[in-house]
Amino acid sequence: MSATTPTSGRPGPEIPQPGTPLLRLIELRKSFGATAVLRGVSLDVAENEVIALIGASGSGKSTLLRAVNLLEPIDDGQILLDGADISDPRVDANAVRAGIGVVFQHFNLFPHLSVLDNLSLAARHVHGWSRSAAERRSRELLEQVGLLEKEREFPDRLSGGQQQRVALARAIVTEPRLLLLDEITSALDPELVGEVLALVRRLAHTGTTILMATHEMSFARDVADRVAFLDGGVVAELGPAAQVLGAPQHVRTREFLARISAG
Amino acid sequence: MTDGQGRAEPSRLELDRRAFRRRQSTRSVLVGAGSTVVFAVIVWLTLINTPGWARVQKTFLDPAAAVEAWPRVFGGLLVNLQVLVVAAVGVLILGSLIAIARTLRGSVFFPLRALAAGYTDLFRGLPLIIVLYIVGFGIPGLGLFAERPSAIVLGTVALVLTYSAYVAEVLRAGIEAVHPSQRLAARALGLSHAKTLRLVVLPQAVRKVAPALMNDFVSMQKDVGLISVLGAIDAVRAAQIETASSFNFTPYVLAGLLFVLLALPTIRLTDWYSARVRAREQIGSNV
Repeated sequence: MSATTPTSGRPGPEIPQPGTPLLRLIELRKSFGATAVLRGVSLDVAENEVIALIGASGSGKSTLLRAVNLLEPIDDGQILLDGADISDPRVDANAVRAGIGVVFQHFNLFPHLSVLDNLSLAARHVHGWSRSAAERRSRELLEQVGLLEKEREFPDRLSGGQQQRVALARAIVTEPRLLLLDEITSALDPELVGEVLALVRRLAHTGTTILMATHEMSFARDVADRVAFLDGGVVAELGPAAQVLGAPQHVRTREFLARISAG
Repeated sequence: MTDGQGRAEPSRLELDRRAFRRRQSTRSVLVGAGSTVVFAVIVWLTLINTPGWARVQKTFLDPAAAVEAWPRVFGGLLVNLQVLVVAAVGVLILGSLIAIARTLRGSVFFPLRALAAGYTDLFRGLPLIIVLYIVGFGIPGLGLFAERPSAIVLGTVALVLTYSAYVAEVLRAGIEAVHPSQRLAARALGLSHAKTLRLVVLPQAVRKVAPALMNDFVSMQKDVGLISVLGAIDAVRAAQIETASSFNFTPYVLAGLLFVLLALPTIRLTDWYSARVRAREQIGSNV
């Protein structure tokens, strides 16, 4: 990711999607006990596309992201990554996860490892890079997120915003094809949200494919190509960000957006 | 009320508070000194000033007997040290395996989990001395070995069996105290179950329970003296031999003091480490 790459490499919302989407969710279903969280979610994410998932708390945004990363077994449906069915139990889940970056709401940095070791861990122990290669790449990313001078620090010495920037850098060290962001600014103090969002914006502009759950509507409008509104366990509305957030077609979407802006 | 540098003179109220604190600390020092004197008097009355003190002193605290017993008792202590080092390594390995077995999820691992649980139940319940007898006389009785294993080896095995059960439980508590989100993050990066355990969960677990582990180590440091019941010539056994020939109990006291000296560094280290962990946690972190 270099900030100088022009933004035109990514198809805008008006451009029709290319042939095979990078990620294809088909009729995903998932229940926790008697509660059906996902009731048949279908969604395609094109290469280089940024999709924002919006919806009320408990609408299944996080469950959906965890399912894509195979951290949550699904009850029914299919998840295709690059045309291959990764929801097949015969698939090597570790290999699939290794190719997908995830950033969590609460950062989940490893407290016993320095910032540098947090970044280089997966490169070394999952992707088999040499220590020097993993650390070189990690330093490169730390420099890009403006935290190179913190490489020897432990996560608990950093602010929330800094921790989340480290977590973002950690997720992209090995250049995953897909980046999943799960409410990454929800646990941050308001004045720290900006620095994290600026980083995501840069990632998006350099062509990273991102599926993100968010509560930041202005950010979604700004960065996402398309917005998917999750309601009642299905994608209730899907469309270009400006349309879904500016002129929602669905009555539930309108209600949700009204609640958000009122709150 | 301010001087040239802009530094404020303490107000009358503050001066009054300081005077009060000074009076308070003077009082604390006096109370402390007084109670020390009272304690010394009680010791003198109940121990030194007893009719039999002279005889007890001669039987238990005879410098000449201590000097005479020193080479043998010290030689025995070296045996204890060897046993301690080997047993500590053995306990860490076996204890970790049992702890990991107990934390495995999934029905496939039920037999392993049950076995580990049964093991910790059994060996935490059994008195060490009984384990020593069973291992010390039972294993040679099996006739597996051409030559009877030495009492030192058998004693070490018994110690490892018993202490692994305790250490396994401590480690398991540590493993379970690592927040599930840490596993989630590790798995999300593509780390396998085994690597997640080794690189993410165990290092954090050991840090969390280090003071408890060190406490178990202190406890084992003195329990290595129990291998003497199998006939191993360790410090306790050496003291016993000396006592039997001289009818003086000073060698036991000597051996006891040596065990205390052996334990002191670990005890201080445990205190220091606990204080450090406490200080670190109280900085206030969102780990």
